[in-house]
Amino acid sequence: MNNKRRIMMLAVLAAILTAGYIFWDLGPNWDYALPRRIIKIIAIIVVGCAIAFSTVIFQTVTNNKILTPSILGLDSMYMLIQTGVIFLFGSTHILILNKNLNFLVTLTAMLIFSSLLFKFMFKKNRNIYFLLLIGIIFGTLFGSMSSFMQVLIDPNEFQIIQNKMFASFNNVNTDLLTLAIILMIAVMIYFMRFLKYLDVMSLGRDQAVNLGVDYDFVTKRVLIAVTILISISTALIGPITFLGLLVANVAYQFIKSYQHKHIIPGAMLISVIALVGGQFIVERIFTFSTTLSVIINFIGGVYFIYLLLKENKSW
Amino acid sequence: MVEVRNLFKKYNNKTVVEDVSLEIVKGKITSFIGPNGAGKSTVLSMISRLITRDSGEVLIDGKDMVKFKSNELAKKIAILKQANHINIRLTIRELVAFGRFPYSQGKLTKEDWSYVDEAIEYMELADMQEKFLDQLSGGQQQRAFIAMVIAQNTEYVLLDEPLNNLDMKHSVQIMKVLRRLADDLGKTVIIVIHDINFASCYSDYIVALKDGKVVHNGPTEQVIDSVVLKEIYDMDIEIQTINDKKICVYFT
Repeated sequence: MNNKRRIMMLAVLAAILTAGYIFWDLGPNWDYALPRRIIKIIAIIVVGCAIAFSTVIFQTVTNNKILTPSILGLDSMYMLIQTGVIFLFGSTHILILNKNLNFLVTLTAMLIFSSLLFKFMFKKNRNIYFLLLIGIIFGTLFGSMSSFMQVLIDPNEFQIIQNKMFASFNNVNTDLLTLAIILMIAVMIYFMRFLKYLDVMSLGRDQAVNLGVDYDFVTKRVLIAVTILISISTALIGPITFLGLLVANVAYQFIKSYQHKHIIPGAMLISVIALVGGQFIVERIFTFSTTLSVIINFIGGVYFIYLLLKENKSW
Repeated sequence: MVEVRNLFKKYNNKTVVEDVSLEIVKGKITSFIGPNGAGKSTVLSMISRLITRDSGEVLIDGKDMVKFKSNELAKKIAILKQANHINIRLTIRELVAFGRFPYSQGKLTKEDWSYVDEAIEYMELADMQEKFLDQLSGGQQQRAFIAMVIAQNTEYVLLDEPLNNLDMKHSVQIMKVLRRLADDLGKTVIIVIHDINFASCYSDYIVALKDGKVVHNGPTEQVIDSVVLKEIYDMDIEIQTINDKKICVYFT
Protein backbone atom coordinates (compact mmCIF):
# COMPACT_ATOMS: atom_id res chain seq x y z
CA MET A 1 0.00 0.00 0.00
CA ASN A 2 2.75 2.30 1.03
CA ASN A 3 4.39 1.91 -2.34
CA LYS A 4 1.17 2.68 -4.15
CA ARG A 5 1.01 5.96 -2.24
CA ARG A 6 4.58 6.78 -3.15
CA ILE A 7 3.94 6.10 -6.82
CA MET A 8 0.76 8.20 -6.69
CA MET A 9 2.76 11.02 -5.15
CA LEU A 10 5.30 10.85 -7.97
CA ALA A 11 2.50 10.76 -10.52
CA VAL A 12 0.90 13.87 -9.05
CA LEU A 13 4.23 15.69 -9.00
CA ALA A 14 4.91 14.70 -12.60
CA ALA A 15 1.45 15.89 -13.63
CA ILE A 16 1.88 19.24 -11.87
CA LEU A 17 5.27 19.80 -13.52
CA THR A 18 3.89 18.84 -16.91
CA ALA A 19 0.93 21.19 -16.57
CA GLY A 20 3.25 23.90 -15.30
CA TYR A 21 5.53 23.46 -18.28
CA ILE A 22 2.66 23.61 -20.76
CA PHE A 23 0.69 26.51 -19.31
CA TRP A 24 3.30 28.68 -17.57
CA ASP A 25 3.73 32.02 -19.28
CA LEU A 26 1.76 30.89 -22.31
CA GLY A 27 1.29 34.41 -23.65
CA PRO A 28 -1.18 35.79 -26.15
CA ASN A 29 -0.09 33.58 -29.05
CA TRP A 30 -1.17 30.41 -27.29
CA ASP A 31 -2.49 28.79 -30.46
CA TYR A 32 1.08 28.82 -31.75
CA ALA A 33 2.89 27.93 -28.55
CA LEU A 34 0.55 25.29 -27.15
CA PRO A 35 0.86 22.58 -29.85
CA ARG A 36 4.63 23.02 -29.92
CA ARG A 37 4.91 22.67 -26.19
CA ILE A 38 2.63 19.64 -26.13
CA ILE A 39 4.70 17.85 -28.75
CA LYS A 40 7.85 18.61 -26.84
CA ILE A 41 6.41 17.39 -23.56
CA ILE A 42 5.23 14.15 -25.18
CA ALA A 43 8.73 13.59 -26.52
CA ILE A 44 10.16 14.21 -23.07
CA ILE A 45 7.77 11.78 -21.41
CA VAL A 46 8.36 9.07 -24.00
CA VAL A 47 12.14 9.34 -23.86
CA GLY A 48 12.12 9.55 -20.09
CA CYS A 49 10.04 6.40 -19.76
CA ALA A 50 12.13 4.50 -22.29
CA ILE A 51 15.39 5.38 -20.57
CA ALA A 52 14.09 4.52 -17.11
CA PHE A 53 12.53 1.26 -18.26
CA SER A 54 15.58 0.06 -20.15
CA THR A 55 18.05 1.01 -17.43
CA VAL A 56 16.13 -0.79 -14.68
CA ILE A 57 15.74 -4.04 -16.63
CA PHE A 58 19.34 -3.84 -17.82
CA GLN A 59 20.62 -3.41 -14.27
CA THR A 60 18.55 -6.38 -13.14
CA VAL A 61 19.93 -8.83 -15.69
CA THR A 62 23.49 -7.64 -15.18
CA ASN A 63 22.96 -7.67 -11.42
CA ASN A 64 24.72 -4.34 -11.16
CA LYS A 65 23.26 -1.03 -10.05
CA ILE A 66 25.88 1.27 -11.52
CA LEU A 67 25.75 0.11 -15.14
CA THR A 68 23.80 1.84 -17.86
CA PRO A 69 22.91 0.44 -21.26
CA SER A 70 25.44 2.87 -22.75
CA ILE A 71 28.00 0.17 -21.96
CA LEU A 72 26.66 -1.70 -24.99
CA GLY A 73 28.31 1.03 -27.08
CA LEU A 74 25.16 2.41 -28.67
CA ASP A 75 25.81 6.04 -27.68
CA SER A 76 29.28 5.96 -29.19
CA MET A 77 27.89 4.40 -32.31
CA TYR A 78 25.39 7.24 -32.62
CA MET A 79 28.18 9.81 -32.32
CA LEU A 80 30.31 7.91 -34.82
CA ILE A 81 27.54 7.93 -37.41
CA GLN A 82 26.87 11.64 -36.96
CA THR A 83 30.56 12.55 -37.04
CA GLY A 84 31.26 10.22 -39.92
CA VAL A 85 28.56 11.72 -42.09
CA ILE A 86 29.74 15.27 -41.43
CA PHE A 87 33.37 14.26 -41.94
CA LEU A 88 32.72 12.56 -45.24
CA PHE A 89 29.91 14.63 -46.75
CA GLY A 90 29.91 17.91 -44.83
CA SER A 91 27.24 19.42 -42.65
CA THR A 92 25.01 20.34 -45.57
CA HIS A 93 24.51 16.75 -46.62
CA ILE A 94 20.93 15.55 -46.75
CA LEU A 95 21.58 13.03 -43.97
CA ILE A 96 22.25 15.87 -41.57
CA LEU A 97 19.67 18.33 -42.84
CA ASN A 98 16.80 15.88 -43.14
CA LYS A 99 16.04 14.79 -39.58
CA ASN A 100 13.70 11.99 -40.65
CA LEU A 101 16.33 10.39 -42.80
CA ASN A 102 18.94 10.85 -40.11
CA PHE A 103 16.72 9.19 -37.53
CA LEU A 104 15.95 6.20 -39.72
CA VAL A 105 19.53 5.68 -40.81
CA THR A 106 20.95 5.93 -37.29
CA LEU A 107 18.24 3.71 -35.85
CA THR A 108 18.78 1.03 -38.49
CA ALA A 109 22.54 1.15 -38.07
CA MET A 110 22.31 0.75 -34.30
CA LEU A 111 19.85 -2.11 -34.56
CA ILE A 112 21.97 -3.90 -37.17
CA PHE A 113 25.10 -3.45 -35.09
CA SER A 114 23.51 -4.84 -31.94
CA SER A 115 21.81 -7.73 -33.68
CA LEU A 116 25.15 -8.75 -35.19
CA LEU A 117 26.71 -8.51 -31.76
CA PHE A 118 23.93 -10.55 -30.16
CA LYS A 119 23.96 -13.12 -32.91
CA PHE A 120 27.63 -13.74 -32.36
CA MET A 121 27.15 -13.84 -28.59
CA PHE A 122 24.07 -15.99 -28.37
CA LYS A 123 25.31 -18.55 -30.82
CA LYS A 124 28.26 -19.41 -28.62
CA ASN A 125 26.18 -19.03 -25.47
CA ARG A 126 28.71 -16.87 -23.72
CA ASN A 127 27.78 -15.18 -20.51
CA ILE A 128 26.45 -11.67 -20.37
CA TYR A 129 29.60 -10.09 -18.94
CA PHE A 130 31.51 -11.15 -22.02
CA LEU A 131 28.94 -9.31 -24.09
CA LEU A 132 29.39 -6.19 -21.96
CA LEU A 133 33.16 -6.36 -22.41
CA ILE A 134 32.75 -6.55 -26.18
CA GLY A 135 30.34 -3.61 -25.90
CA ILE A 136 32.95 -1.53 -24.02
CA ILE A 137 35.62 -2.36 -26.58
CA PHE A 138 33.41 -1.35 -29.49
CA GLY A 139 32.24 1.74 -27.61
CA THR A 140 35.83 2.86 -27.10
CA LEU A 141 36.71 2.09 -30.68
CA PHE A 142 33.76 4.13 -31.98
CA GLY A 143 34.56 6.93 -29.54
CA SER A 144 38.20 7.14 -30.64
CA MET A 145 37.24 7.09 -34.29
CA SER A 146 34.79 9.94 -33.69
CA SER A 147 37.39 12.05 -31.86
CA PHE A 148 39.89 11.36 -34.59
CA MET A 149 37.51 12.72 -37.21
CA GLN A 150 36.45 15.58 -34.97
CA VAL A 151 39.98 16.98 -34.65
CA LEU A 152 40.43 16.87 -38.41
CA ILE A 153 37.32 18.68 -39.53
CA ASP A 154 36.59 22.36 -39.98
CA PRO A 155 35.80 24.13 -36.65
CA ASN A 156 32.45 25.32 -38.00
CA GLU A 157 31.47 21.79 -38.83
CA PHE A 158 32.60 20.72 -35.39
CA GLN A 159 30.03 23.09 -33.91
CA ILE A 160 27.32 21.06 -35.55
CA ILE A 161 28.70 17.84 -34.15
CA GLN A 162 28.93 19.44 -30.74
CA ASN A 163 25.23 20.20 -30.85
CA LYS A 164 24.60 16.52 -31.49
CA MET A 165 26.71 15.43 -28.52
CA PHE A 166 24.17 16.70 -26.05
CA ALA A 167 20.62 15.53 -25.86
CA SER A 168 18.12 18.20 -26.75
CA PHE A 169 14.37 18.30 -27.02
CA ASN A 170 14.31 21.56 -28.90
CA ASN A 171 13.88 20.15 -32.38
CA VAL A 172 11.71 17.10 -32.03
CA ASN A 173 9.93 16.13 -35.20
CA THR A 174 6.26 15.10 -34.99
CA ASP A 175 6.41 12.32 -37.58
CA LEU A 176 9.37 10.73 -35.87
CA LEU A 177 7.69 11.07 -32.53
CA THR A 178 4.65 9.07 -33.61
CA LEU A 179 6.85 6.29 -34.95
CA ALA A 180 8.96 6.30 -31.81
CA ILE A 181 5.94 6.18 -29.54
CA ILE A 182 4.39 3.26 -31.38
CA LEU A 183 7.65 1.28 -31.30
CA MET A 184 8.32 2.00 -27.65
CA ILE A 185 4.83 1.16 -26.46
CA ALA A 186 4.89 -2.07 -28.46
CA VAL A 187 8.19 -3.08 -26.87
CA MET A 188 7.00 -2.25 -23.37
CA ILE A 189 3.70 -4.09 -23.74
CA TYR A 190 5.47 -7.13 -25.14
CA PHE A 191 7.79 -7.00 -22.18
CA MET A 192 5.12 -6.89 -19.47
CA ARG A 193 4.94 -10.67 -19.25
CA PHE A 194 8.61 -10.89 -18.30
CA LEU A 195 8.37 -8.58 -15.31
CA LYS A 196 7.69 -11.36 -12.81
CA TYR A 197 10.80 -13.21 -14.00
CA LEU A 198 12.88 -10.11 -13.46
CA ASP A 199 12.01 -10.12 -9.76
CA VAL A 200 13.51 -13.58 -9.49
CA MET A 201 16.49 -12.70 -11.66
CA SER A 202 17.49 -9.99 -9.23
CA LEU A 203 18.44 -12.90 -6.92
CA GLY A 204 21.17 -13.85 -9.40
CA ARG A 205 21.46 -16.46 -12.11
CA ASP A 206 21.72 -19.57 -9.94
CA GLN A 207 18.65 -18.77 -7.88
CA ALA A 208 16.68 -17.80 -10.98
CA VAL A 209 17.48 -21.11 -12.68
CA ASN A 210 16.70 -22.99 -9.49
CA LEU A 211 13.29 -21.34 -9.34
CA GLY A 212 12.48 -22.38 -12.88
CA VAL A 213 13.14 -19.20 -14.84
CA ASP A 214 14.45 -19.74 -18.34
CA TYR A 215 17.37 -17.45 -17.64
CA ASP A 216 19.03 -17.33 -21.06
CA PHE A 217 15.76 -16.71 -22.84
CA VAL A 218 14.73 -13.84 -20.57
CA THR A 219 18.21 -12.30 -20.72
CA LYS A 220 18.11 -12.24 -24.51
CA ARG A 221 14.67 -10.65 -24.49
CA VAL A 222 15.86 -8.01 -22.04
CA LEU A 223 18.89 -7.15 -24.14
CA ILE A 224 16.84 -6.86 -27.31
CA ALA A 225 14.24 -4.66 -25.60
CA VAL A 226 16.98 -2.47 -24.12
CA THR A 227 18.66 -2.06 -27.48
CA ILE A 228 15.47 -1.04 -29.24
CA LEU A 229 14.47 1.44 -26.55
CA ILE A 230 17.91 3.02 -26.27
CA SER A 231 18.36 3.20 -30.03
CA ILE A 232 15.05 4.97 -30.46
CA SER A 233 15.58 7.48 -27.71
CA THR A 234 19.18 8.21 -28.74
CA ALA A 235 18.27 8.63 -32.40
CA LEU A 236 15.40 10.87 -31.37
CA ILE A 237 17.13 13.31 -29.02
CA GLY A 238 20.77 12.29 -28.58
CA PRO A 239 22.80 10.49 -25.92
CA ILE A 240 21.22 10.78 -22.49
CA THR A 241 21.76 7.38 -20.83
CA PHE A 242 23.33 8.92 -17.73
CA LEU A 243 19.81 9.93 -16.80
CA GLY A 244 18.91 6.24 -16.52
CA LEU A 245 21.60 5.61 -13.94
CA LEU A 246 20.31 8.53 -11.93
CA VAL A 247 16.61 7.74 -12.00
CA ALA A 248 17.02 4.01 -11.49
CA ASN A 249 19.02 4.59 -8.33
CA VAL A 250 16.66 7.26 -7.03
CA ALA A 251 13.84 4.79 -7.65
CA TYR A 252 15.60 2.02 -5.69
CA GLN A 253 16.00 4.44 -2.80
CA PHE A 254 12.51 5.84 -2.94
CA ILE A 255 10.44 2.75 -3.73
CA LYS A 256 10.89 0.33 -0.87
CA SER A 257 10.29 -2.79 -2.89
CA TYR A 258 12.22 -5.28 -4.93
CA GLN A 259 9.30 -5.88 -7.28
CA HIS A 260 9.64 -4.52 -10.77
CA LYS A 261 5.97 -3.71 -11.02
CA HIS A 262 6.70 -1.03 -8.42
CA ILE A 263 10.25 -0.04 -9.34
CA ILE A 264 9.64 0.45 -13.07
CA PRO A 265 6.68 2.85 -12.80
CA GLY A 266 8.52 4.65 -10.01
CA ALA A 267 11.65 5.04 -12.12
CA MET A 268 9.63 6.18 -15.13
CA LEU A 269 7.85 8.86 -13.12
CA ILE A 270 11.07 10.08 -11.52
CA SER A 271 12.57 10.22 -14.99
CA VAL A 272 9.68 12.31 -16.29
CA ILE A 273 9.94 14.61 -13.28
CA ALA A 274 13.68 15.08 -13.82
CA LEU A 275 13.33 15.74 -17.53
CA VAL A 276 10.30 18.02 -17.41
CA GLY A 277 11.72 19.90 -14.45
CA GLY A 278 15.09 20.17 -16.17
CA GLN A 279 13.58 21.36 -19.42
CA PHE A 280 11.52 23.91 -17.50
CA ILE A 281 14.70 25.30 -15.96
CA VAL A 282 16.49 25.30 -19.31
CA GLU A 283 13.74 27.22 -21.06
CA ARG A 284 12.38 29.58 -18.43
CA ILE A 285 15.39 30.28 -16.24
CA PHE A 286 18.40 29.84 -18.52
CA THR A 287 16.40 30.86 -21.59
CA PHE A 288 18.04 28.18 -23.74
CA SER A 289 21.58 29.26 -22.88
CA THR A 290 22.36 25.68 -21.86
CA THR A 291 21.05 22.22 -22.74
CA LEU A 292 19.11 19.74 -20.72
CA SER A 293 21.84 17.13 -20.54
CA VAL A 294 24.17 19.63 -18.92
CA ILE A 295 21.63 20.15 -16.17
CA ILE A 296 20.88 16.44 -15.82
CA ASN A 297 24.56 15.61 -15.61
CA PHE A 298 25.14 18.36 -13.08
CA ILE A 299 22.28 17.32 -10.80
CA GLY A 300 23.11 13.65 -11.33
CA GLY A 301 26.72 14.21 -10.36
CA VAL A 302 25.76 16.11 -7.22
CA TYR A 303 23.28 13.41 -6.27
CA PHE A 304 25.92 10.72 -6.69
CA ILE A 305 28.37 12.52 -4.48
CA TYR A 306 25.60 12.77 -1.91
CA LEU A 307 24.90 9.04 -2.21
CA LEU A 308 28.57 8.20 -1.78
CA LEU A 309 28.86 10.37 1.32
CA LYS A 310 25.70 8.93 2.81
CA GLU A 311 26.70 5.32 2.15
CA ASN A 312 30.09 6.12 3.57
CA LYS A 313 28.51 7.23 6.85
CA SER A 314 26.20 4.28 7.14
CA TRP A 315 29.13 1.87 7.35
CA MET B 1 15.18 -41.35 -8.22
CA VAL B 2 18.10 -39.43 -9.63
CA GLU B 3 20.25 -41.45 -11.95
CA VAL B 4 23.42 -40.11 -13.51
CA ARG B 5 24.88 -41.87 -16.52
CA ASN B 6 28.31 -41.32 -18.06
CA LEU B 7 28.49 -37.63 -17.28
CA PHE B 8 31.36 -35.65 -18.86
CA LYS B 9 32.37 -32.03 -18.53
CA LYS B 10 35.37 -30.25 -20.00
CA TYR B 11 36.63 -26.70 -19.54
CA ASN B 12 39.09 -25.67 -22.26
CA ASN B 13 40.17 -29.25 -22.90
CA LYS B 14 40.67 -29.92 -19.23
CA THR B 15 38.33 -32.70 -18.18
CA VAL B 16 36.80 -31.91 -14.80
CA VAL B 17 34.15 -34.61 -14.74
CA GLU B 18 34.91 -37.90 -16.40
CA ASP B 19 32.43 -40.69 -16.92
CA VAL B 20 30.50 -40.23 -13.70
CA SER B 21 27.64 -42.66 -13.21
CA LEU B 22 25.69 -43.02 -10.01
CA GLU B 23 22.30 -43.57 -8.50
CA ILE B 24 20.96 -41.54 -5.63
CA VAL B 25 18.78 -43.43 -3.17
CA LYS B 26 15.43 -41.83 -2.48
CA GLY B 27 14.60 -40.39 0.94
CA LYS B 28 18.20 -40.56 2.15
CA ILE B 29 21.09 -38.16 2.58
CA THR B 30 23.91 -38.66 0.11
CA SER B 31 27.17 -36.77 0.61
CA PHE B 32 29.70 -36.01 -2.09
CA ILE B 33 33.20 -35.92 -0.66
CA GLY B 34 36.64 -35.63 -2.17
CA PRO B 35 39.65 -33.34 -2.39
CA ASN B 36 39.49 -29.84 -3.87
CA GLY B 37 39.01 -29.84 -7.61
CA ALA B 38 37.56 -33.34 -7.66
CA GLY B 39 34.49 -32.16 -9.54
CA LYS B 40 31.94 -32.51 -6.71
CA SER B 41 30.32 -29.13 -7.20
CA THR B 42 30.40 -29.51 -10.96
CA VAL B 43 28.50 -32.79 -10.77
CA LEU B 44 25.98 -31.23 -8.39
CA SER B 45 25.54 -28.23 -10.69
CA MET B 46 24.99 -30.50 -13.68
CA ILE B 47 22.40 -32.56 -11.81
CA SER B 48 20.57 -29.33 -11.04
CA ARG B 49 20.99 -27.85 -14.58
CA LEU B 50 22.97 -24.83 -13.35
CA ILE B 51 25.68 -25.76 -15.82
CA THR B 52 25.30 -27.72 -19.01
CA ARG B 53 26.87 -31.11 -19.46
CA ASP B 54 29.07 -32.07 -22.39
CA SER B 55 27.69 -35.58 -22.64
CA GLY B 56 25.88 -38.17 -20.58
CA GLU B 57 22.46 -38.25 -19.02
CA VAL B 58 20.80 -37.14 -15.83
CA LEU B 59 17.54 -38.99 -15.31
CA ILE B 60 15.06 -37.66 -12.79
CA ASP B 61 12.32 -40.18 -12.04
CA GLY B 62 13.33 -41.96 -15.24
CA LYS B 63 13.06 -38.91 -17.51
CA ASP B 64 16.00 -37.01 -18.91
CA MET B 65 16.44 -33.68 -17.20
CA VAL B 66 16.62 -31.65 -20.40
CA LYS B 67 13.17 -32.88 -21.38
CA PHE B 68 11.59 -31.22 -18.37
CA LYS B 69 10.26 -27.70 -18.60
CA SER B 70 12.40 -25.49 -16.42
CA ASN B 71 9.42 -24.60 -14.28
CA GLU B 72 8.38 -28.23 -13.79
CA LEU B 73 11.89 -29.16 -12.79
CA ALA B 74 11.86 -26.35 -10.22
CA LYS B 75 9.04 -28.20 -8.46
CA LYS B 76 11.09 -31.39 -8.32
CA ILE B 77 14.61 -30.32 -7.57
CA ALA B 78 16.06 -27.43 -5.59
CA ILE B 79 19.69 -26.35 -5.46
CA LEU B 80 21.46 -24.01 -3.09
CA LYS B 81 24.98 -22.92 -4.00
CA GLN B 82 27.59 -21.88 -1.50
CA ALA B 83 27.88 -18.19 -2.41
CA ASN B 84 24.57 -16.42 -2.15
CA HIS B 85 25.22 -12.76 -2.52
CA ILE B 86 22.07 -10.80 -3.20
CA ASN B 87 22.02 -7.30 -4.59
CA ILE B 88 18.60 -6.27 -3.39
CA ARG B 89 17.27 -5.60 0.09
CA LEU B 90 14.95 -8.41 1.14
CA THR B 91 13.48 -9.54 4.41
CA ILE B 92 13.74 -13.20 5.37
CA ARG B 93 10.03 -13.63 4.70
CA GLU B 94 10.30 -12.11 1.23
CA LEU B 95 13.24 -14.36 0.41
CA VAL B 96 11.45 -17.49 1.59
CA ALA B 97 8.39 -16.44 -0.42
CA PHE B 98 10.54 -16.61 -3.55
CA GLY B 99 10.66 -20.37 -2.97
CA ARG B 100 7.03 -20.51 -4.06
CA PHE B 101 7.75 -18.93 -7.45
CA PRO B 102 7.58 -22.18 -9.45
CA TYR B 103 4.03 -22.71 -8.18
CA SER B 104 2.67 -19.19 -8.02
CA GLN B 105 4.68 -17.23 -10.61
CA GLY B 106 4.94 -14.40 -8.11
CA LYS B 107 1.28 -14.24 -7.10
CA LEU B 108 1.21 -16.14 -3.84
CA THR B 109 -2.01 -17.79 -2.73
CA LYS B 110 -2.99 -18.57 0.86
CA GLU B 111 -1.66 -22.06 0.41
CA ASP B 112 1.67 -20.68 -0.78
CA TRP B 113 1.93 -18.44 2.26
CA SER B 114 1.24 -21.37 4.57
CA TYR B 115 4.20 -23.19 3.01
CA VAL B 116 6.28 -20.06 3.59
CA ASP B 117 5.22 -19.89 7.25
CA GLU B 118 5.94 -23.57 7.72
CA ALA B 119 9.40 -23.26 6.23
CA ILE B 120 10.18 -20.28 8.45
CA GLU B 121 9.00 -22.19 11.51
CA TYR B 122 11.00 -25.20 10.45
CA MET B 123 14.21 -23.20 10.35
CA GLU B 124 13.32 -21.39 13.60
CA LEU B 125 13.36 -17.99 11.97
CA ALA B 126 9.87 -16.87 12.99
CA ASP B 127 10.93 -14.17 15.42
CA MET B 128 13.27 -12.50 12.92
CA GLN B 129 11.34 -13.02 9.71
CA GLU B 130 10.85 -9.30 9.09
CA LYS B 131 14.57 -8.57 9.39
CA PHE B 132 16.56 -7.72 6.29
CA LEU B 133 19.11 -10.24 5.07
CA ASP B 134 21.98 -7.78 5.35
CA GLN B 135 21.27 -7.44 9.08
CA LEU B 136 21.84 -11.14 9.68
CA SER B 137 24.89 -13.21 10.54
CA GLY B 138 26.24 -15.75 8.08
CA GLY B 139 24.54 -18.63 9.89
CA GLN B 140 21.17 -16.90 9.92
CA GLN B 141 21.46 -16.05 6.23
CA GLN B 142 22.27 -19.65 5.44
CA ARG B 143 19.21 -20.76 7.40
CA ALA B 144 17.06 -18.25 5.52
CA PHE B 145 18.23 -19.66 2.19
CA ILE B 146 17.58 -23.20 3.36
CA ALA B 147 14.10 -22.09 4.43
CA MET B 148 13.55 -20.85 0.89
CA VAL B 149 14.57 -24.25 -0.47
CA ILE B 150 12.18 -25.92 1.98
CA ALA B 151 9.34 -23.63 0.87
CA GLN B 152 10.09 -24.72 -2.68
CA ASN B 153 8.91 -28.11 -1.42
CA THR B 154 10.85 -30.26 -3.84
CA GLU B 155 11.47 -33.94 -3.63
CA TYR B 156 15.19 -33.46 -4.17
CA VAL B 157 17.24 -30.94 -2.23
CA LEU B 158 20.78 -30.25 -3.41
CA LEU B 159 23.16 -28.21 -1.29
CA ASP B 160 26.66 -27.14 -2.25
CA GLU B 161 28.76 -26.90 0.91
CA PRO B 162 25.97 -25.79 3.22
CA LEU B 163 28.38 -25.59 6.16
CA ASN B 164 30.81 -23.23 4.51
CA ASN B 165 31.88 -20.48 6.95
CA LEU B 166 29.59 -21.68 9.71
CA ASP B 167 30.69 -22.35 13.27
CA MET B 168 30.22 -25.73 14.95
CA LYS B 169 26.90 -24.90 16.54
CA HIS B 170 25.31 -23.70 13.31
CA SER B 171 26.83 -26.55 11.34
CA VAL B 172 25.27 -29.09 13.67
CA GLN B 173 21.97 -27.23 13.54
CA ILE B 174 21.91 -27.30 9.73
CA MET B 175 22.88 -30.96 9.53
CA LYS B 176 20.13 -31.85 11.98
CA VAL B 177 17.62 -30.00 9.84
CA LEU B 178 18.78 -31.92 6.78
CA ARG B 179 18.44 -35.16 8.72
CA ARG B 180 14.87 -34.21 9.60
CA LEU B 181 14.14 -33.31 5.98
CA ALA B 182 15.08 -36.82 4.99
CA ASP B 183 13.60 -38.71 7.96
CA ASP B 184 10.39 -36.75 8.60
CA LEU B 185 9.52 -35.36 5.20
CA GLY B 186 11.02 -38.12 3.07
CA LYS B 187 13.11 -35.75 0.97
CA THR B 188 16.18 -36.86 -0.91
CA VAL B 189 19.09 -34.69 0.18
CA ILE B 190 22.34 -34.47 -1.77
CA ILE B 191 25.15 -32.40 -0.32
CA VAL B 192 28.71 -31.53 -1.18
CA ILE B 193 30.65 -31.46 2.04
CA HIS B 194 34.29 -31.11 3.04
CA ASP B 195 34.15 -32.17 6.65
CA ILE B 196 34.24 -35.96 6.49
CA ASN B 197 33.16 -36.25 10.10
CA PHE B 198 29.89 -34.47 9.36
CA ALA B 199 29.52 -36.71 6.33
CA SER B 200 30.16 -39.74 8.50
CA CYS B 201 27.74 -38.75 11.26
CA TYR B 202 24.81 -37.55 9.21
CA SER B 203 24.74 -39.14 5.79
CA ASP B 204 23.36 -42.48 4.69
CA TYR B 205 25.42 -42.80 1.54
CA ILE B 206 28.71 -41.30 0.46
CA VAL B 207 29.99 -40.75 -3.04
CA ALA B 208 33.73 -40.09 -3.15
CA LEU B 209 35.13 -38.28 -6.16
CA LYS B 210 38.71 -37.75 -7.20
CA ASP B 211 40.05 -36.13 -10.37
CA GLY B 212 36.59 -36.03 -11.88
CA LYS B 213 35.87 -39.72 -11.35
CA VAL B 214 33.84 -41.64 -8.81
CA VAL B 215 36.29 -43.67 -6.74
CA HIS B 216 33.87 -45.00 -4.15
CA ASN B 217 30.14 -45.08 -3.83
CA GLY B 218 28.29 -46.83 -1.07
CA PRO B 219 26.76 -46.77 2.39
CA THR B 220 28.56 -44.53 4.86
CA GLU B 221 30.07 -47.39 6.95
CA GLN B 222 31.82 -48.76 3.87
CA VAL B 223 33.34 -45.50 2.69
CA ILE B 224 34.49 -44.26 6.09
CA ASP B 225 37.36 -46.69 6.20
CA SER B 226 41.10 -46.08 6.51
CA VAL B 227 42.01 -47.88 3.30
CA VAL B 228 39.28 -46.19 1.26
CA LEU B 229 40.03 -42.73 2.64
CA LYS B 230 43.74 -43.17 1.99
CA GLU B 231 42.92 -43.76 -1.63
CA ILE B 232 40.72 -40.66 -1.81
CA TYR B 233 42.79 -38.15 0.12
CA ASP B 234 46.33 -39.60 -0.07
CA MET B 235 46.78 -39.38 3.68
CA ASP B 236 46.63 -41.72 6.61
CA ILE B 237 43.36 -41.28 8.42
CA GLU B 238 42.74 -43.14 11.62
CA ILE B 239 39.16 -44.05 12.39
CA GLN B 240 37.79 -44.25 15.91
CA THR B 241 34.33 -45.24 16.97
CA ILE B 242 32.87 -42.81 19.48
CA ASN B 243 29.25 -43.18 20.57
CA ASP B 244 28.58 -45.54 17.66
CA LYS B 245 29.76 -42.94 15.18
CA LYS B 246 32.87 -43.36 13.08
CA ILE B 247 35.10 -40.36 13.62
CA CYS B 248 38.12 -39.69 11.43
CA VAL B 249 41.22 -38.41 13.14
CA TYR B 250 43.45 -36.64 10.68
CA PHE B 251 44.58 -33.48 12.37
CA THR B 252 48.11 -34.57 13.23
